[in-house]
Amino acid sequence: MNNISVILIIVGIAFDLFGCIGLLRLPDLYNRLQSATKCVTLGTCSILLALFLHYGFTSVGVKALIAIPLLFFASTVGAHILIRGAYKYGLKLTDKTVVDEYKEVDQ
Amino acid sequence: MIDILLYILMGMSFLCFIRVLLGPTMADRMVAIDIFGILVVGICALLILKTGRLFLIDVAIAWIMLSFIGTIALGKYLTRNKLDE
Repeated sequence: MNNISVILIIVGIAFDLFGCIGLLRLPDLYNRLQSATKCVTLGTCSILLALFLHYGFTSVGVKALIAIPLLFFASTVGAHILIRGAYKYGLKLTDKTVVDEYKEVDQ
Repeated sequence: MIDILLYILMGMSFLCFIRVLLGPTMADRMVAIDIFGILVVGICALLILKTGRLFLIDVAIAWIMLSFIGTIALGKYLTRNKLDE
């Protein structure tokens, strides 16, 4: 394997680890989704980019390169829809919340 | 070295299942399942590098689409059912 591939995989797994720690330890659904989606998406895209650099322009490499924007758009749009649904459902924000701007927009 | 990284990634998916067990509401559990779906894509990518089975990238792409559809279904379901407060 390439050196660059190894570095990209290790960076991606570090991002995944931080995202999962945030998923366990943050106090609120909104905080958890905000931490976990961004970190885990970027980490997994880094791993797929390492796969592309390892295999080059073969079938697997090009499929990994296609999967990167698919994962970006699918994960972020899905998280946005889920968080909007949870807000409309009426889930409470945590007690440490400073400002809630979506409530003012909604009325 | 790929083995160690694969074990770390599997441990992180175990953390996601802890959140599935602990989660107070249904949305918390669905968020954890969503994050688990993204982690499985990384596990598939590392398994390609370890074993050389090239069909696993198709499994990864299909998993991304199925996770997206499940998340959208739960989001629309949550939007229609408001709590009375």
